[in-house]
Amino acid sequence: MNELLKQLTEAVGVSGDEKEIRRLIRDLIADQVAEWRVDALGNLIARKPGTGESSLRVLVDAHMDEVGLMITDVDSNGTLQFETVGGFDDRALLGKVVQVGPKKLPGVIGARPVHLLKPNQRREIVKVEAMRIDIGAKNKDEAAGKVKIGDRAAFVTDYEELADTAVGKAFDNRAGCAALIELLRSEPYPFDLYASFTVQEEVGLRGAQVVAYDIAPDAALILECTPAYDLPNEKDVSPNVALGRGPSIYVMDAGTIQDPRLVSHITRTAAAEQIPFQIRQPGGGGTNTAAIQKTGPGVPAATIAVPGRYAHTPTMMISLTDYHNVVKLADAALRRLTPDLLQH
Amino acid sequence: MNELIQKLVEAYGPSGFEDNVRHLIRAEIEPFADEIRVDALGNLIARKKGSGEGLKVMVAAHMDEIGVMATHITKEGFVRFINIGGVLAHTLLGNRIEFDNGVIGIVYCDKIEDRNQVHPLNKHFLDVGASSREDCPISVGTAGVFQRNFLAQGDHLTAKSMDDRIGCVVAIETLKRLEDTPHDLYFVFSVQEEVGTRGALTAANHLLPDVGIALDVTLTGDLPEARPMAVSLGQGPAIKVKDSGMIAHAGLVQIMRRRAEDAGLPFQMEVLDGGTTDARSMQVAGPGCAAGCISIPCRYVHSQSETVSAQDVENSIKLLTAVLSQPIDL
Repeated sequence: MNELLKQLTEAVGVSGDEKEIRRLIRDLIADQVAEWRVDALGNLIARKPGTGESSLRVLVDAHMDEVGLMITDVDSNGTLQFETVGGFDDRALLGKVVQVGPKKLPGVIGARPVHLLKPNQRREIVKVEAMRIDIGAKNKDEAAGKVKIGDRAAFVTDYEELADTAVGKAFDNRAGCAALIELLRSEPYPFDLYASFTVQEEVGLRGAQVVAYDIAPDAALILECTPAYDLPNEKDVSPNVALGRGPSIYVMDAGTIQDPRLVSHITRTAAAEQIPFQIRQPGGGGTNTAAIQKTGPGVPAATIAVPGRYAHTPTMMISLTDYHNVVKLADAALRRLTPDLLQH
Repeated sequence: MNELIQKLVEAYGPSGFEDNVRHLIRAEIEPFADEIRVDALGNLIARKKGSGEGLKVMVAAHMDEIGVMATHITKEGFVRFINIGGVLAHTLLGNRIEFDNGVIGIVYCDKIEDRNQVHPLNKHFLDVGASSREDCPISVGTAGVFQRNFLAQGDHLTAKSMDDRIGCVVAIETLKRLEDTPHDLYFVFSVQEEVGTRGALTAANHLLPDVGIALDVTLTGDLPEARPMAVSLGQGPAIKVKDSGMIAHAGLVQIMRRRAEDAGLPFQMEVLDGGTTDARSMQVAGPGCAAGCISIPCRYVHSQSETVSAQDVENSIKLLTAVLSQPIDL
């Protein structure tokens, strides 16, 4: 059992309320770094001293927030109205178990049982505005005594392993956080490595923007978990990335064209180290890279991701081999990173 | 000058992959710049020092052009692709895409059910002469640009990437011709404009100019059944007042206008509905700056045959030279 992934995915940290996950990560890295601090927005920033061979400032980022829900009102019957925090398909929500607020009250996103659905209702998609969280309260007063407006709710999914497949919530992006923690635990790099566990990625890359401004790195590597789309498909279209085929390397997404020098550095490193990799299908999506690359005078940046199935639902799956290879590839690419590589 | 234009417009340089264009421009301007460097994102920045009384002025023309990127290779060896910047599906059938390894792809689309409908980009593909995924010379993530030769016909100059290599030409020629300037000038040949004016943002964040002037193409309203717009080809440089991303600094607009009038240059006032330029990024970078744009009127923007007027180009150079060689009193 991978204890690190278990701890990180089972901890809660919905965007804007990352205290629990931040404290967990802080405790996990405090002994590995020369210094750590929490900035104004709640980003956890740490410095791992290098050997002094290289004067580069390198930032490795992984966002620690996860998508979730926010309580917006309490109905007279004691059920809770909510809004989504981060991107959701409403269909992924009905009937799911959640934990509400800092006390982690168990709740259920109620769904009308199939017995009570009229034929036309069975074809309708229930919108999130019509959903409620049921915490078993009898009325508004009882619910209001337990829950505050603005409390977050997170999914409840125990971490499990099925051979090479890990099952759990929030691999997006606790898989990236775990990989970054492993980098902090490794031998010193030639340069000082700045690690950022950032907040509010899922609501618009907000934490990373201020970290990049603060650190002003010479280069940045972003560790992520990207949606795998490798389910059976009759048409000959791209599988995007598939579970088990190795780390996913970004070239272009909706918010970036990744630095071509770093992309080829990473693919060359993978080839040299015999690590399998897949180029993520260029197109949509976005990561902290979009914010970091454009901050200040600009930062050469690239992204390596663990492919994950069922992102932004209560339960995701990743391949543990992919995860280990992301750690291996990120580590090797960083060790081989030299200033001349960044010359135009 | 057509030789320089041809060299630049025929070069390969989709957003994010501007190296070839940068090398060409660097070689062209090196003797005329006091300092020259390339920043983290690949912007080429050439400084020309002034006499010291003036302002810090950033002039931006973008090196990148729109293009495509391979997203999937089918088992028969066809290449599916996505746009880099604003590629219009209407312009594609039968056209050719050039990759930086020299491979040429012919663009076609899935079965045409209705001749009056244009397929979206994801129903187009490239034929690169391969017969299987294994022998396809293009891999996912490879970027390509339109392939089309430069054409000079009368006063009209036509090419795949007038947007914005012609702006680069205006910047290069101005740098060459400028004798004295009171200003500390930074000519920025920027990257990644077509995907969100990204290069100009980071360059301006670093330079923190007092004044930012973009050089870019703009649309015209002089075509049959065109959307009304008071800009025509051959009627002079367009002084931008507003576009979808920026309202130009009113004082700077006045100065551009006055310099054109004083020099007896034809000019047009431009209000562009849709689109923006590097001026947007310069305006809001850091503590902000007075931003404006001199536009070169251009027909068929974002097609393989973007067309400008040679006279407009010459007059744009003269206008920019006039603006930069005199005080800018905002």
